Amino acid sequence: MLLIGCHECDAVVEEPMVPDGGSAICVRCGGTLFRRQRQTVEITLALSISAAILFIVANIYPFLGFELQGQVAQTTLRSGVSALWGQGRYAVSGLVFLTTMLAPAAQITVLVFVLAPIHFEWPNRGAIQAFRWLERVRAWSMMEVFLIGILVALVKLSDMADIVPGLALWAFALLIPVLAGAFAFLDAEVVWRKLESTR
Amino acid sequence: MTASSMPGRMSAGMPGGLDHAQCHTCNLVMSIPTEASGRRLGCSRCGSVVHRRKPNSLTRTWALLIAAAICYVPANVYPIMAVTSFGTTQADTILSGVVYLFVHGMWPLALIVFVASIVVPVLKLVGLTILVISVQKRSQWRPRERARLYRIVDIVGRWSMVDVYVVTILVALVHLGSLASVQAQIGSFFFGAVVVFTLLAAESFDPRLIWDLIEDDDE
Repeated sequence: MLLIGCHECDAVVEEPMVPDGGSAICVRCGGTLFRRQRQTVEITLALSISAAILFIVANIYPFLGFELQGQVAQTTLRSGVSALWGQGRYAVSGLVFLTTMLAPAAQITVLVFVLAPIHFEWPNRGAIQAFRWLERVRAWSMMEVFLIGILVALVKLSDMADIVPGLALWAFALLIPVLAGAFAFLDAEVVWRKLESTR
Repeated sequence: MTASSMPGRMSAGMPGGLDHAQCHTCNLVMSIPTEASGRRLGCSRCGSVVHRRKPNSLTRTWALLIAAAICYVPANVYPIMAVTSFGTTQADTILSGVVYLFVHGMWPLALIVFVASIVVPVLKLVGLTILVISVQKRSQWRPRERARLYRIVDIVGRWSMVDVYVVTILVALVHLGSLASVQAQIGSFFFGAVVVFTLLAAESFDPRLIWDLIEDDDE
């Protein structure tokens, strides 16, 4: 018998049998105890690698172009952060850098770094340490919010100038469901047990 | 799907001076000595420091909430950006940005921005204050609803970043001198501060405190 706890209200229950894809809900507070996923390592790893490729594309190419009276300006993630920095908004610039570049890069890296060695049965000494950081980093990764920000900016500018969507915009639009899928298929309890057994 | 067995509570001491604690990081449930004051216990699975409850949860949450409430005023009063086009400059506050979208008939987007920039920050400030006060007053009132309130605050919190991103994108995209340019203003700093402080406040609050005073006979 294995005890599991609800991380919201601290009820302790014996681990219930849950079919693949099903969730266990706490009887006391209604919080989700866990979601059981079959092949969690393989599916999450595949989605994480896709996310990594999309993230690189989203960072290299411009996501919006702006055309006014023959003058053209384009913006990438990096140019947004540096433009704010250039106007002396260092804290805001840092916050945007953290939430749209550093944290998403870190969470994708951690997923691949932890899951690939489990799947291929490579030794990986830093895996436990890295996986500990995942949830904390994830809270600060806000790509999906940034996508809504792009849409709002697009509408605001549309009556001022011609707006040209860039390649990175499509990469963003794909990245968000792919990354959400990676976490939906991630069964952290299974990963922790595998990490524990290989230690 | 619900767990079939009746829930026990970790706060109830076990015989032999042992208590249960759950690792905040990897969710492993383990037995710890009841009298563990002053000693740091490490999780046997992931190595994180284990506490029964987040340390100084209420004090930290209060401090961050007060900081967020202070920043909330200048965040809404001062403009977050100034838009210059064809020689005229117009300052935009959080509220005027929402009004702009409504006036231009962009209803779905206006609604998203209204919720993200105005409803969510207020919900976070008020919701967390209610939660902290209810725990401090040792309230037994509707724990399930309060637990749900915490989950909502925790999930929606990040969406108030939308306005910070809009400013970032406009500043980066529109820099054609007097023809068209956008300057980030001090309001964006305070608004960003509100978002960060409320996110940290939500993380500092330990929702298990809601349940510590609840009798289990309602199940």
